[in-house]
Amino acid sequence: MRIINNTRFSVRPHPGPRGLILAAPAIFLLGCLLIAPVIIVLSMSLTDYNLGSINFTFIGLNNYKQLLDDPHATHALLNTFIYILIVVPAAFITGLFLAVRIQAVFHLRRFYEIIFFLPATSTFVSMALVWQYLLHGRIGPVNELIVQLGFQRIDFLTDPAYALPTLAVIGAWQLTGQTTVLFLAGLASLPDEIYQAASLDGVESGIDRFCKITFPMLGPTSLFVLVTTTVTAFQVFDSVAALTKGGPGGATETLLYRIYLEAYQFTNMGYACALSVVFLCLIAALSVLQIVTAEKKVHY
Amino acid sequence: MKSTFALSKVVSRSVSHSTLLFMGLIFLTPFIWMVLVVLKSPDQIFSNPFGLPTGLKSVKDNIHTAFTAVPMTRFLMNGALVVSILLILQLTVAIPAAYALAKFEFTGRRMFMMAVVAGLCIPIQIPMLPVYIGLAYSGMLDSYFSLIFPFIISPFAIFMLRQQIKSFPDEIIQAARLDGLSESGIILWLILPEVRPVIAAFSVFSVTAHWNDLYWPLITVSSQTMATPPLGMLYFRDGDMGTNYGALMAGAIITVLPVMFLFLIAQRNFVKGISVSGHK
Repeated sequence: MRIINNTRFSVRPHPGPRGLILAAPAIFLLGCLLIAPVIIVLSMSLTDYNLGSINFTFIGLNNYKQLLDDPHATHALLNTFIYILIVVPAAFITGLFLAVRIQAVFHLRRFYEIIFFLPATSTFVSMALVWQYLLHGRIGPVNELIVQLGFQRIDFLTDPAYALPTLAVIGAWQLTGQTTVLFLAGLASLPDEIYQAASLDGVESGIDRFCKITFPMLGPTSLFVLVTTTVTAFQVFDSVAALTKGGPGGATETLLYRIYLEAYQFTNMGYACALSVVFLCLIAALSVLQIVTAEKKVHY
Repeated sequence: MKSTFALSKVVSRSVSHSTLLFMGLIFLTPFIWMVLVVLKSPDQIFSNPFGLPTGLKSVKDNIHTAFTAVPMTRFLMNGALVVSILLILQLTVAIPAAYALAKFEFTGRRMFMMAVVAGLCIPIQIPMLPVYIGLAYSGMLDSYFSLIFPFIISPFAIFMLRQQIKSFPDEIIQAARLDGLSESGIILWLILPEVRPVIAAFSVFSVTAHWNDLYWPLITVSSQTMATPPLGMLYFRDGDMGTNYGALMAGAIITVLPVMFLFLIAQRNFVKGISVSGHK
């Protein structure tokens, strides 16, 4: 270990200003745009600062106390969890299913990858407007179909009971490309010998093979997919802002959308910062998990 | 025996193909629908929503309306300007920093690396709050500067580039120095060619992410002329022509096409970027 360190040092330039000069712009910007702002958010969450007002006072943890009693905030948090609970399993299962199927065919792999990944790259707001049209209560083709099949029309985006699940389905539609690609990468890294050995042991049929070998071997990938999709789903905003504006009656207000409203519509910066800190803690915990699972994934 | 095995393989493959094609059709429904609608006139859209388009006549009308109902050209230009300037700035800041992290010892190196990793874990919406307040007080909201500024530093770019540069042989750098090449020369002639694949992957990622972004433009932009394509589409939908579905869908296609095109030509890079980062 010592020797390795020594050789590294002999090749590297001595500690001097050159490295620091090269990194200086990045260090400065990282400080100004990420580190300092996060510290400011943490401190502002302890004040009653309102954008535009000159004075503000230190109010301790009052914002956090208010948060617990604020039905909007707790409701937004609950909505976010419900959204995640639909999107993540849906994108996980569909992605795994598609990846296994794509892995099983020889031809057209690229073609399928492109199809299922297209929703993830396409400008979401534009596609959301297409969804809005497709799911429109009166003129939407989906409802035309529902009526022709003899069922009642569904106001997908304006009925409080349906709005959040509808956004979740659209979210899963967008996220599945990502999970498919990740599972395909995971499948590609599984050694062939395992399947040969399994075949000798009599594990032949598709489902049996999947349950006994493929899925357990995909453990690290699955964990990574789970964490990554949760992080993405947590930050749901575009579909809410573009399709429901949190409505009807707050049925689709999510945590990030609530932060957006408090900070930029109501200019309650102090309170918005407290909400942001909660958001930050949840995402940061998941991100740490993401990095840990990403490291594990490499070992296969 | 052998032929039944081959047959069962053919059967299972065709089952896979039909399943995938069916699922693909479901996933492509919005894309198919927006194209179908653009091919129809407003009358056809309402009288016969499931009917097939009869000709290409309405396409021109719909595209024309999409460009005249809202300043669509301006939206596209704004988007192109923001993503390209931003990408150049991100790389200009990140490449020297990544090189320094990979190949230099300097005071604060460890701290800097930790800050980069921390930066990876911070959702961008958090630092946006104080940055917004700063921009508001300096009267710089609703400008190209405000659209670009918060994203100039990309911990993700620094992290990806550093991983790649680390594996570059120290001996070659040392030899280049002995030959009198400056550090910027080393970056330009040795490091840049080495990290081209990472730059390609990051570029596709950055351009797509910022072309598609709604959150920051929604906050910082207040005049229609500064809108990027996603925000512009919301102005379009909420405006007088918002129920002209043929034109609205034409707008959707126009705003989606640039990133879709980028994705198709750089699909490998894109997929690679996702597999590494897990980010969109």
